[in-house]
Amino acid sequence: MTLQNLDTPARRARGLPAPPLRAFLSRYSLVIAFLVLWQASGKLGWISPAVLPPLDAILGALWTGIASGALVDDIAISLQRAGLAFGAAVGLGIPLGLLMGQLRPVERALDPILQLFRQTSALALYPVFILLLGLGETSKIFVIFWATLFPTLLATVGGVKQVDRKLIEMAESYGAGRVQVFRRVVLPASVPAIFVGLRLSATTALLLLIAAEMIGANKGIGFQVMNAQYNFQIPLMFAAILLMAALGLAANAVLVLLQRRLCRWSLD
Amino acid sequence: MTLDTLGDATARGAVSLRHLTKSFTLNGQPLPVLRNLSLDIRGGESLAIVGPSGCGKTTLLRLLAGLESADGGQVLIDGAPVTGVGTERAVIYQEPRLLPWLTVLENVAFGLEVRGLPRGAARDRARRHVRLVGLSDFETAYPRQLSGGMAQRVGIARALAVQPEILLLDEPLGALDAMTKLTMQEELARIWHEEKVTMILVTHDLEEAIFLADRVLVLSADGTPPAVIPVDLPRPRDRNTGDFVRMRRMLMGRFGLH
Ligand SMILES: Nc1ncnc2c1ncn2[C@@H]1O[C@H](COP(=O)(O)OP(=O)(O)OP(=O)(O)O)[C@@H](O)[C@H]1O
Ligand SMILES: [Mg+2]
Repeated sequence: MTLQNLDTPARRARGLPAPPLRAFLSRYSLVIAFLVLWQASGKLGWISPAVLPPLDAILGALWTGIASGALVDDIAISLQRAGLAFGAAVGLGIPLGLLMGQLRPVERALDPILQLFRQTSALALYPVFILLLGLGETSKIFVIFWATLFPTLLATVGGVKQVDRKLIEMAESYGAGRVQVFRRVVLPASVPAIFVGLRLSATTALLLLIAAEMIGANKGIGFQVMNAQYNFQIPLMFAAILLMAALGLAANAVLVLLQRRLCRWSLD
Repeated sequence: MTLDTLGDATARGAVSLRHLTKSFTLNGQPLPVLRNLSLDIRGGESLAIVGPSGCGKTTLLRLLAGLESADGGQVLIDGAPVTGVGTERAVIYQEPRLLPWLTVLENVAFGLEVRGLPRGAARDRARRHVRLVGLSDFETAYPRQLSGGMAQRVGIARALAVQPEILLLDEPLGALDAMTKLTMQEELARIWHEEKVTMILVTHDLEEAIFLADRVLVLSADGTPPAVIPVDLPRPRDRNTGDFVRMRRMLMGRFGLH
């Protein structure tokens, strides 16, 4: 037991949250330390600022990029690519997953081919997609869609299949038919598992976005990372990387918020 | 014993088992579970089913519920053969089987909504049954916020809310602590008395069987024919009277217990 939580039981008993400042510090102190170390190492000359620019230079580059509108275009096109791919993956993955989880024959027929596709790296297939779909937007969105589909699809199938048989039988004993069992038991019971898949898919979409934009793009955050490095605009490169991290965090935060609203029953 | 405590032959919810036979397949071998079981249960009667583990108590209850079909023979309810689940029956299981994403009130309304009652009407009726099991203060609680006994009461309220003629209970109090169990037995006795339902109760607890039942059906695992033992004790029953203790001793003796 640390000194810090010696006085917390009483607070917890009264249902009070920890004071905001302390809660913030206990959660983010390592992040803050990391950022301070980063800033200091550049300023104190531990690492050459040409390789690792101090934070203020990076934030400066970020600000200039956004204020001048140059980075705004990149953000917009990247969001569009990742968003379209993610939307398509979710739009196909959830219904298909529900179907596969419910109907054994559908799952048996589709499972081998999906396993084969899943085990093949999407990046390895990117050249194939380029050959088939050209070097434009379609192949980029498709490769992101491809990699993003599987986490949501497989999590949905898993969620449906692990629904408690006893709950289904309970519903049937009250006379629920297939549709009612699905709507009132299977679907709500699968929601937490589906969200696990959605969060994985969102992460995957951003990972693939960068990779796709590094090959044969002339716009986008991923392109900026490569381009800035090529032109020795190292602060700008880090600014683009920072932007990516922020996008990932924001996407995750939105999904967590949505999950809290939809699955209040499963959370504390 | 008055006629009233036994229910009467004309009341709804009468159940007849006619030459009921059921076996499963285990490792390719047929496993007979019920062999030619016949029994008449009066409407409004309370019947307890006891017997060693694996003798087919749950199987019998599932046949009655219409969740399983017999290999031979029939179950008749008020003269009509059972072919599946029916609105005049409701099942209460050992685990409460509540839907974790619904509140207490919504869980109790579940059976009514599944059966087509509009949401508002279902909730109104559910509210009465939540009160009946003493959980009015917990209407908006989720199942994870309830104790085991409270959750089981929600399951009972859900079954009662559909106003069944026949309540089928599979060791409903088996998972509860001794104190809660005694309270819930009183509760079941009161509900049975007030709602005038036929109650068919599988239990491992011989004292519970004697406390609640008009008759006890004793099943065996080794093919010995089943026995039906009437419980001729006045209600409300008192576990400490000489007759009750004698009855318990007799029933335990059947299982070689003391
Ligand atoms: N779906 C099934 N498939 C195969 N065998 C089954 C099935 N259901 C039950 N059995 C077998 O039938 C027998 C009776 O099972 P049942 O569940 O009715 O026993 P029980 O009397 O309720 O036991 P317990 O007191 O332990 O609950 C057991 O030997 C069991 O293995
Ligand atoms: Mg059983």
